[in-house]
Formats: sequence, structure tokens, C-alpha cells
Amino acid sequence: MLKSGVAVIPMSMDWDEVKVLFPIKFDPASFAGEPAWEPFHPLAVSFVNELSKALLKDPTVREFPDVAAFAFFCRKANMIRLKENLDKESLFRLGRGLVFHVTPSNVPVNFAYSLVAGLLSGNVNIVRVPTKEFEQIRIISDAIRQLYDSPEFTDFLKRISLIRYDHQSQATSVLSALCDVRVIWGGDETIAEIRKSPLRPRSFDVTFADRYSFCLINADQFVEEKHPLEVAAKFYNDTYYFDQNACTSPHLVIWTGEDFNVEVSRKLFWENLHEVVLRKQYALQPLWAIDKLTAFYSQAIQSDGIRRLVSPDNLLWQVELKDLSADIDKFRSVAGYFAEYHAKSLAEIAPIFHSKYQTLAYYGFSKSELSFFMETFRPKGIDRMVPIGQTTDFSLIWDGYDFIRTLSRICEIR
Amino acid sequence: MNDISEILNLPPYSLDKSTKRELLDPVFSGLCHHHYAQCEPYRKMMDALGFNTYLQVPYGEIPFLPVRLFKIFDLFSVPREEIVKTLTSSGTTGQAVSKIFLDKTTSANQTRILSRIVGSFIGPRRLPMIIIDSAKKVMDRNHYSARSAGIMGFSMFGTEHCFALNDQMEPDLDGLLPFIEKHKGKPVFVFGFTFLIYQHFIKELIRRNIHLELQEAILFHGGGWKKLARESVSNSAFRKMLQDTCSIDQIHDYYGMAEQTGSLFMECEEGYFHAPVYADMIVRRAHDFSMADFGEKGIVQVLSILPGSYPGHSLLTEDEGVIIGEDDCKCGRLGKYFGITGRLQNAEIRGCSDTYVNGLG
Repeated sequence: MLKSGVAVIPMSMDWDEVKVLFPIKFDPASFAGEPAWEPFHPLAVSFVNELSKALLKDPTVREFPDVAAFAFFCRKANMIRLKENLDKESLFRLGRGLVFHVTPSNVPVNFAYSLVAGLLSGNVNIVRVPTKEFEQIRIISDAIRQLYDSPEFTDFLKRISLIRYDHQSQATSVLSALCDVRVIWGGDETIAEIRKSPLRPRSFDVTFADRYSFCLINADQFVEEKHPLEVAAKFYNDTYYFDQNACTSPHLVIWTGEDFNVEVSRKLFWENLHEVVLRKQYALQPLWAIDKLTAFYSQAIQSDGIRRLVSPDNLLWQVELKDLSADIDKFRSVAGYFAEYHAKSLAEIAPIFHSKYQTLAYYGFSKSELSFFMETFRPKGIDRMVPIGQTTDFSLIWDGYDFIRTLSRICEIR
Repeated sequence: MNDISEILNLPPYSLDKSTKRELLDPVFSGLCHHHYAQCEPYRKMMDALGFNTYLQVPYGEIPFLPVRLFKIFDLFSVPREEIVKTLTSSGTTGQAVSKIFLDKTTSANQTRILSRIVGSFIGPRRLPMIIIDSAKKVMDRNHYSARSAGIMGFSMFGTEHCFALNDQMEPDLDGLLPFIEKHKGKPVFVFGFTFLIYQHFIKELIRRNIHLELQEAILFHGGGWKKLARESVSNSAFRKMLQDTCSIDQIHDYYGMAEQTGSLFMECEEGYFHAPVYADMIVRRAHDFSMADFGEKGIVQVLSILPGSYPGHSLLTEDEGVIIGEDDCKCGRLGKYFGITGRLQNAEIRGCSDTYVNGLG
């Protein structure tokens, strides 16, 4: 059912290369012909909520905290809160149409968040999931498949498609020529690669590039912390849980406060973090130990006066900085490599936050202090400020984009 | 820097562990200090680490640089104008290459030590030599790769060099057969890179069903097992194929790298690599870089007293190995003997960026 105005799919495309997880038959052209809905369409909200329920009932989900977090995100209460936020605008909105999602290969659940953002904003979605067969993908796609059996959601048959294909496949070009919005996760190289496939004139990309994240701790508060081990465990989830390789993982820890408090806090913080890393039996790959050593020497050669702080092993590398240079984001590694700096004031550090900075994980600051910081210094970067432990929590506002508003259009009616 | 000429004159497998350590500790500490004084990047690295190069420590305690650093930075410890050769490593396809800067002294010492090590296996006389490579590829002076350097280095032990492959990298039987006939019954020296020997020589001889009579030959090969492992060819399978196609029994693999040319680790008759007196090998635990016990697998560190013009005297490789023992190999050579068990594998990393850049600055 190819409607007029819809791009024609090249006949040369071999769809056998594309493995369809859902639905059974994949027909991108008829997908493109489906109408957009208004954001938070009751059926979409109810679908997402049912998905949440189905996942929370599934006993296997307990083994996957990332799936559980996704299910929690999809609860109806959360959806309603998000909808109310949009309703205040009283503008008429519709989805953009067909959204093609290219999701990152090493975060198993990211595809599901991208899909939900696309559904709630009123779109039809083709989601390319990682080629690696993560168990989490199977669990979520199974749950979606089961919901399709209920008559309530038959209209959904042409709003979700989960596919999997190799880098070599032509599918990217075909789907790019068909979609209204292309959402690209996976960093700078993936974006460059996917952008080789042209979009139609009115279509656009929403890209999630490589970012740099950091942590800000007020030592005058931290010295008073009754449960430093709990804070360290939260920081572990921000960093080691994703091998310190998520865009949200802090690589730099900036301390503020009295000298004495900073000294005490640093010792307290890192010792507790090391303890958590040991308790979690974090599996440090041998090559990552070499990566850290290489990163350290590279940093030593290219900056002045850095020093590695004594650590019993390679699980945790702390590098003390004498100066905070604007290129500090270049010197990062994975799996537990942190630069740290004692800032005299927030004004001192503000100039380094260029557009690559994404998440600030904070401790001991109030929201109003942080707003004041942004209003005063207006840094080019920093898209999120969240307490330590919440960096990986997904939100429909991401990297400075509001998903619902970006993936929908306004029809002005006077 | 300490004078190492006396050590360079020692036979390669002549020192027991305590004598070796006593002799080399001051040499390696001296090298650390030399590079500290002459190479700014090295100085910055040592300062960041808090390592004092003025103090003498056992050489097992001196810092090691990851070999990858030579791909990122130009590291040398002599004035630019004294650099006579820049060696580049072949590297895995598509990756950055290592750059190794040699002055006259370091280059001469490399040749001298290679000659001592190889000489201890083939004897003091030069032998008629077969090089399993193509003359055209090797003689390209515009591209001084580790492959050319290796062949140049080894070719000084031979006479009447005969290249076994033509320009198309196929066995050159027109040249090879008369050469073999001429030297029938006499020792011949054969050299080549492991993968090239397999891919362009053995495989082709098997395919064409050709047998060469090289009973008296002694073959040296090196360059790693990465590509052969990918084709699931083991060391013993490789040896057997060489025996079947060429009747060669004396086969020696060696472990070495462009970053430490000269001080090779030669495979003995028992099948183990041996550390010569001018070099050593240490296995380290990834967890904390502490020294592993004999028999315990870990990351291979290599040390060599030769690198004077660049700070490559102590390197951390990305190979995994295991020390079998020291001073008591059945072959009779003193020094550590070990095996290389593989290449460290890049485990699947989590995170949202699809590219994973290894500590590049």
C-alpha cells in the first residue's frame, strides 16, 4: 500500500539481510503511509503502561536492572506527569511521521527508550536494534509481541518495527530516504557513517554524539556525610556499571570547599569507591589496565604537573591535576580512570565547559545554586545536572533535546 | 649512561639469574636516568608517576611504557640530527604504526646483538641463505619497515641470498630449485615471517604438490601468530607442514618486536623462548601490574639494554605469556624461558559510544 508522496524503495534492496524481531512481516513503505498521532495519544500511553506492567511481572526482569529501570520509567504515573507538562502549551501537535532510530550497539536497553520517545510523540517507528543478541532485547521484544495479541492494540501493528541488520546492509540508505526524522545514537563515528545516507529535504537528524561528563562535589558538605559508602555505590553506578564508557559517565571530579575538607573528603570518597569496586567484583579486563596506563602517560606528556595518586591496584586510577585545562576532556580512559581537581571557585572552572560537556553529577549543591551557575556563566556545554547516582536515568529530555517536542510538529491554528 | 659494551660481548645465554641481575640493575637504572635527562616526554611521564630516576632500583621495579605510546608520540633521547634510521612497525592493518628512532650506536648494537644470538644457533660461519619473501618488497628503500629491517638484519648471516618468492609473492621455483641442488647435503640458512611462510610458501607448495629437499636447513621465523591463529594453524601444525613440504627439522620461532629490535627471544629445541643476557621478560598481573609467578599467565613486559636513542628499554606489550622457568631449561641455556599464549583480547565494553578509542591523547 504505497501512498502518493512516499519515497519509492529501490528494488535492489535485499530485505533478507534484515532480521525482523517485530512484527513478523516488515513493510517499510506501508509504515511510511501510516498517519501520525498527537503526542500522548491515549492508546500510546496505555500501550507503554501495559508494556511496563508486563515487564514488571516477568520474573526474569529481576536479573536485569536496566530492564527494570525501563519498566519503571514506563509507568502510567510518569507518562501523565510528562503529558501535563506538554498540555500547558495548549498548541496543536502531531508526530512528525516516520522515525528511524539507529541505536547504540553496546547499551542493550537504549533502543527501548528511543522507541518509547517515538511512540509517545505520536510517531511510527522503525528501530534498528544492536546486532549483538542481548537478553534484554529479547525480553522487551517478547513483551511487545505479547501485547499485540490483545485486540486493543491492533492499531499499533504499523507503529512499531524492531529490526536488526549488519553495517554493510543497504537498509540504512533505504530507511533514511523514507523517514521524517532519523534518531542516531552511538557517537561521532556512527553519526558520520549514517549521515552518508541522505535524508529527504524536510527530514532531519536528532544526533547523540560523543559527550564528556563530570562530577562536582562540595567537600564542605561531603565531610559531614554519614554514609559515604552509599554515595560511592551511587557513583559506581554512574561510572563502572557502564565501564565508564557511557556518555553520562563522569571522568573528572571537581572538588570545592575548604582545603582541609577537600583533603578529608577526597580520601573518604576514593577509599569508599575502591571498596565498592572490590565488593562488586568488578571485572577489569587486562587491556583496560593497559589503556589506563597509556592514557596516564599520554596525559603526562601533554599536560603539566599531573600526578598519579597512590592506589593499591589498577581498579581505580586517580590523576591529580595542577591546572584545569580546556582540553581535559581529551584525557579520558575507561573502567575507572579519574582526573581530579580542587577548584577555588565555580567561576574558575566555568570557562572549560564547551559543547562536548553533557552531564554534571553533583553532590552538596542546591538546585538554585546550579541554576545560578548556569545563568551567571552561560557555558556552551552541560545539558544535565543530576545528583550522583542518577546520571544514567533516562529522561525524555536528553542532550538538550526535548524528545516529545523535537519529534512532533506544531500546527498553528489561528 | 653506563657502558654496556662489556655486556654486549657476553655469550647470549651465559649468565645465571643472580649474576644477570647484579650486572643489569645499574644498566637499567642508568637507562632510565639517561632517557629522563634526554627525552622530555619521558621525563614528564616519570615525574607524573613520581619515579625518581636518580635512585638505583632492581630492574624489575623500573617503569614500563605501553608499546602503544610509540604509535602516539615521537619518542627519542638523542638530538634529531643524530637519528640515522626511523623504524616503523608493520602494525595491524589500518592501525597507526610505531615509530622507533635509531642513532648510530643503538642501530649498531642491535646488529651486534642479533648477530650474537643468531650466531649461537647457526655457528660462526655464514651460510647460503634462502629468504622466504620477495626481493622487490624488501628492497624498497622508500619504505623502511620492520619487515625489511628484519630481513636486512638476518641476511648478514647468509651468503648467496636467494629470495624464495617472486614479485607476485609466489614460490620462485626457477631460482629456488638450482639453489637447493647446488647446496644439497650442506647446511642452509632459511628466514622468513611466519605468516608469509605459511600463506605464500607452504600453502602453495602443498597446492602444487611440490616437495623441497632441505634436510640440512635451519629455519628462523617470527612476526607473530595472530594471523595464523585466525586460520587455526598451531605452532606444531606449522612445523609439521614445513617438515612435510621441505623436510626441515630445525625450526626456530622467535619473539621480538620492532620496538626492541636486536634482542630477540629465540625459541630453543624444547620449544621455549629464551631471554638472552641483554634482555629480559617479566609477566605482570593486570590487576595491579605486580609480577606474576612462574607458570602464571599475564601481560608480557620486555626489557632490553639496547635502546639508547629512544626510551624503549622497558615496555609493556599487549601479549599474554607465561614464564616456564629460569636457568634450568633442558636445552642448557641460562636465563628465563617462556611461552607466549596469545594476544590480549579487547572484551566487549559497555557504554553508548560505538567507538572505543584506546587511551589516545
